[in-house]
Amino acid sequence: MSIIREKGSKRKALGLIAYMVFVLLPIYWLLNMSFKTNEEILSGLTLWPNDFTFDNYITIFTDASWYMGYVNSMTYVAMNMVITLLVALPAAYAFSRYKFVGDKHLFFWLLSNRMAPPAVFLLPFFQLYSSVGLFDTHLAVALAHCLFSIPLAVWILEGFMSGVPREIDETAYIDGYSFSRFFITIFIPMIRSGIGVTAFFSFMFSWVELLLARTLTSVEAKPISAIMTRTVGATGIDWGVLAAAGVLTIIPGVLVIWFVRNHVAKGFALGRV
Amino acid sequence: MSLKLENINRTVNGEVYLKDINLTLEPGRLNVLLGRTLSGKTSLLRLIAGLDKPDSGKVFSRDQDVTGLSVQKRNVGMVYQQFINYPNLTVYDNIASPLKLAKVDKATIDRQVRDIAERLSISQFLSRFPLELSGGQQQRTALARALVKDADVVLLDEPLANLDYKLRESLRADLRDLFTQRNSVVVYATTEAQEALALGGHSVLLHEGQVLQSGPTAEQFRQPVNLNSANLFSEPPLNTLMGIKQGGELRLAGLPAVVTLSEHLKALPDGEYLFAWRPTDASLVAKSEHDIELLLDVDVAEISASESFIHTHYRVGQSTENHSWVWQIQGVHNLPNDDKIRLHLSSQKLFVFAADGKCVASPQSKLSELSILGDECG
Repeated sequence: MSIIREKGSKRKALGLIAYMVFVLLPIYWLLNMSFKTNEEILSGLTLWPNDFTFDNYITIFTDASWYMGYVNSMTYVAMNMVITLLVALPAAYAFSRYKFVGDKHLFFWLLSNRMAPPAVFLLPFFQLYSSVGLFDTHLAVALAHCLFSIPLAVWILEGFMSGVPREIDETAYIDGYSFSRFFITIFIPMIRSGIGVTAFFSFMFSWVELLLARTLTSVEAKPISAIMTRTVGATGIDWGVLAAAGVLTIIPGVLVIWFVRNHVAKGFALGRV
Repeated sequence: MSLKLENINRTVNGEVYLKDINLTLEPGRLNVLLGRTLSGKTSLLRLIAGLDKPDSGKVFSRDQDVTGLSVQKRNVGMVYQQFINYPNLTVYDNIASPLKLAKVDKATIDRQVRDIAERLSISQFLSRFPLELSGGQQQRTALARALVKDADVVLLDEPLANLDYKLRESLRADLRDLFTQRNSVVVYATTEAQEALALGGHSVLLHEGQVLQSGPTAEQFRQPVNLNSANLFSEPPLNTLMGIKQGGELRLAGLPAVVTLSEHLKALPDGEYLFAWRPTDASLVAKSEHDIELLLDVDVAEISASESFIHTHYRVGQSTENHSWVWQIQGVHNLPNDDKIRLHLSSQKLFVFAADGKCVASPQSKLSELSILGDECG
């Protein structure tokens, strides 16, 4: 009986390892390529860089046209996260604590906004931002991304806020707290998991979104994802630099996931993620 | 220093929450709001706290009209049924928060926090966070926070409801001592008559948003103004039966025998009344000439510790009129369903209600004789 069980668990472990290898292979390949020269990449498949080089990374870190792509991306992503939280926190509080005419409809409408693909809004955003002088600014991309991240943030935060008993708010007022002091010193720390989860989702959306970011920028605020397409030049594709840029694009996402992993797990447990 | 409510009315979405409330709540005693769920207890507490505003009427504290005053500006403390504390603050900071907001100096805050924590036996938990404590300790923290700022009014909304029996007992005794020594108006809302009686003091009986009666708790227990009042002090509710009093005789519906009138029924004018016994007033053995013997069908018998709750039904004569009664009898009586039970009910224990529901006669029993109180009557 135990032999059968052992065989079964070994088979499961093998299956799991095979799956992991399959999933992680592209990431490994990207990493592998980023340490190779273009000649080695084009000469055939090698599991490990024969001619190990950091040149691709050096190119990115020393060439402003490359690293500014990261700076631009991080700037509008950070702006998007801050604006999203600043707008969504009071909005979610209102949905969670007050009843007003059309509150349920409005809440659903917010979510339905998410259902439209970003491409739908390309033209209006482009024309609007061009006419008010926002084109090719970080704010333009951040605001455009807010259209998608704020509804989701309100929805996530409302779930967390509704989990906090109203009596906490009332007790605070009875104790003498003003609304703003209560909200900042008592309430926000109580929903920090929700804020972590919200920040994570708005980061993820904004970081990986390409269409709006590329259309609403040209030079000054061009994101890394748009710059990566630049490697197609007269001499062909600069595979090594492209791979290094890909690796560097993954890192911020990994770091964010690392920092908010506990909050995301809590968010899943609370059922709003 | 008293708290006065004048002609308070509050309606929400067409539903009457409070109607014509006129009350004076005094400091130095426990003012108990006794009422079933949705009777208006919490609505009244919220209104006193300033969390809600009345549609009409006024609230006076220390002879000043505070009706329009914001909750932050009223010197009030409140404890809820749930254990409400600030989870991100330590027990010390929780208790200190109202004092910090009132800009009291650090040394005074420290002294007052440690003093109240000592009195509520939570001194050793001051550096912990509320969620690391047991339910009783969490509720003590909430109480400490409500008491530390020496509020004019302390509101307690069923503060012991979520605690186990032993904790309730010990905390209830602490509360009685704590509050009777203070100069605050203390209002304690509860659904449980036993708790109201154990706390003593004055009670306000609430039913469907209206005050049925108010006064010393023991007095209200003995002399309810109507059936609703009497039922508030009785869980399960009173067992009722129509009857006619004529001359020196009393005939209860369906009973062939004429009931011997006890003293408190003799002065009753002739007429038809609703007669009622508390569920605790039945006995398995005859005790006096005033006893009425009833043979009842048992629906189900529930054993609860050393008491039995016997669910019975009684058919009035040959008619289809059927009364479902629950009797609370001392001892373990494990009766099978559909069995019969012979109970003795004394006419001395009868409550009598007129057609309009008003109580016209109540038994002259002493509070200490009433078994509902158990050992708590003291």
